[in-house]
Amino acid sequence: MDVMYEEEYNQIQEVVDRLHRDSNAYAVLLIDKNGQEIAAAGEIENIDTTSLSSLTAGNVAATGGIAKLMSEREFSTQFHEGERTNVHISIVASRVILVVLFDERSSLGLVRLRVKKAGNEVGQIFDSMMQKLEQPSQPSIFAEITDDDIDNLFND
Amino acid sequence: MSFINYSSREINCKIVYYGPGLCGKTTNLQFIYQKTSPEAKGKMISLATETERTLFFDFLPLSLGEIRGFKTRFHLYTVPGQVFYDASRKLILKGVDGVVFVADSQMERMEANFESLENLRVNLAEQGYNLDKLPYVLQYNKRDLPNVVPVDELRQYLNTTNVPDFEAVATTGEGVFDTLKAVAKLVLT
Repeated sequence: MDVMYEEEYNQIQEVVDRLHRDSNAYAVLLIDKNGQEIAAAGEIENIDTTSLSSLTAGNVAATGGIAKLMSEREFSTQFHEGERTNVHISIVASRVILVVLFDERSSLGLVRLRVKKAGNEVGQIFDSMMQKLEQPSQPSIFAEITDDDIDNLFND
Repeated sequence: MSFINYSSREINCKIVYYGPGLCGKTTNLQFIYQKTSPEAKGKMISLATETERTLFFDFLPLSLGEIRGFKTRFHLYTVPGQVFYDASRKLILKGVDGVVFVADSQMERMEANFESLENLRVNLAEQGYNLDKLPYVLQYNKRDLPNVVPVDELRQYLNTTNVPDFEAVATTGEGVFDTLKAVAKLVLT
């Protein structure tokens, strides 16, 4: 089970915000490999980030499948060039995906440079988070959920 | 893998609908999509061929409300049922929290059901999962068709581990939400 606590979440959000600013991107998204959005920054009001996350994760998974066929560990970056929007996708620390959406206000070179730095920072945060999760503690929220809670979800 | 975010107070779960080609996995999702209020659902995505056969996956995000102060989101996925899309099926099982196996009740699809169920076990094992330890429910779909195998028989052959099972007619929605609710319970409690 993946768990995210406030402290790490804030650190990650800070990195994503900074990457958005420094790369002149119009939006930045951090998602996990299963397609769940972790953090976002920039002009995301008009973007369906849930769909974008799921499709990107599917895309990365399919590309990973191709890598395996080629006996590569992974293809760590992908770049999609559109008429107005470009998408830079990179795998960070082998476990999360950084998506940068940019237009003519930025460039691929700048994005690549900034993504590299942000990727390292995100990797460090996840490393320390994993160490924290290995320590026994934290009671699970799942322990408290009852069948009635779930019936209520479906009755609304 | 369920993803709990204590900062935004969210629980996210991934449910995968598995089964042989044309058994009604996409139809299950389409019915859920139609019957869910607009504020509770996101866009349904279908990566399908021109003849509407699933090519990679269907995806439907649902946010049904709060449990104990946590927003609860389900991400429903289907796999492509056709045998030759096995590489794609494996990818979609990554990080799965719960499985719905949709069986086609028609006599002539029994072999396809077996084959797909076996394929599910093998593909899960490759990712390090064991079907017997995962939240898992069965649905016997297409109960409205004339040439169906009796439920007792389906149960005997397909439900050897006695998991919750449901009769369904996905085109009219019969049994669709019962199935989803049952897997949600297994995942969350």
